[in-house]
Amino acid sequence: MSEIRIQREDFDPGAEIAALNAAAGQIGAIASFIGLVRADDAMEAMTLDHYPGFAEREIAAHVGEAKRRWPLLGVRVVHRVGRLTPGERIVFVGVASSHRQAAFAAAEFLMDYLKTRAPFWKLEERKSGAVWVEARESDDESVRRWR
Amino acid sequence: MKLLYFAWVRQRIGRSEEEIAVPAAVTTVGGLIEHLRGRGPGYEAAFRDPALVRCAVNQEHARFDATLGPNDEVAFFPPVTGG
Repeated sequence: MSEIRIQREDFDPGAEIAALNAAAGQIGAIASFIGLVRADDAMEAMTLDHYPGFAEREIAAHVGEAKRRWPLLGVRVVHRVGRLTPGERIVFVGVASSHRQAAFAAAEFLMDYLKTRAPFWKLEERKSGAVWVEARESDDESVRRWR
Repeated sequence: MKLLYFAWVRQRIGRSEEEIAVPAAVTTVGGLIEHLRGRGPGYEAAFRDPALVRCAVNQEHARFDATLGPNDEVAFFPPVTGG
């Protein structure tokens, strides 16, 4: 009932949502989130680096935590790696539950984790050159509220 | 021992992974870092400030006092930035 994929290629949000509803009947709500690459500060592209195996395990641990906190009937996380340009899809989180409150909350919980603590490293390309993004404090605030 | 490097640690060292035999005296992550620093300027640049580097042993987060075995997979990388 949960699937975690890290891949270079794009994904089809409609197909991911359809797969979440494979256990149709009990599911009353599917919340989905799609993250896109934003062209902040004239960023031309970003390259995501990850540690295969380790990244999937870390994300799976947080999907498990979401399942402990909310009564979920399905979770799908798809995260892209490699070089991405503004406008491209980067992440999909889909959560199925009987009711919308759990679906919304679990999707937000997983996205807050993915945006701050998931084991990815970002190299941002600008005209001035390419720079590895450093860990930020502000994002940590969004994770702290779930403790 | 299998070593993996990610993000700027990989860039500074100039390779993504390697297999090395470490001296018997190297028994911890911290000891391995000191050993690697002596392997060349790229390693020295990557590990100049070890506080900036994180480590995983056999795909689990590890502290610098974690002990190492000859067949371990050891990864070094910067603090994660999320996706």
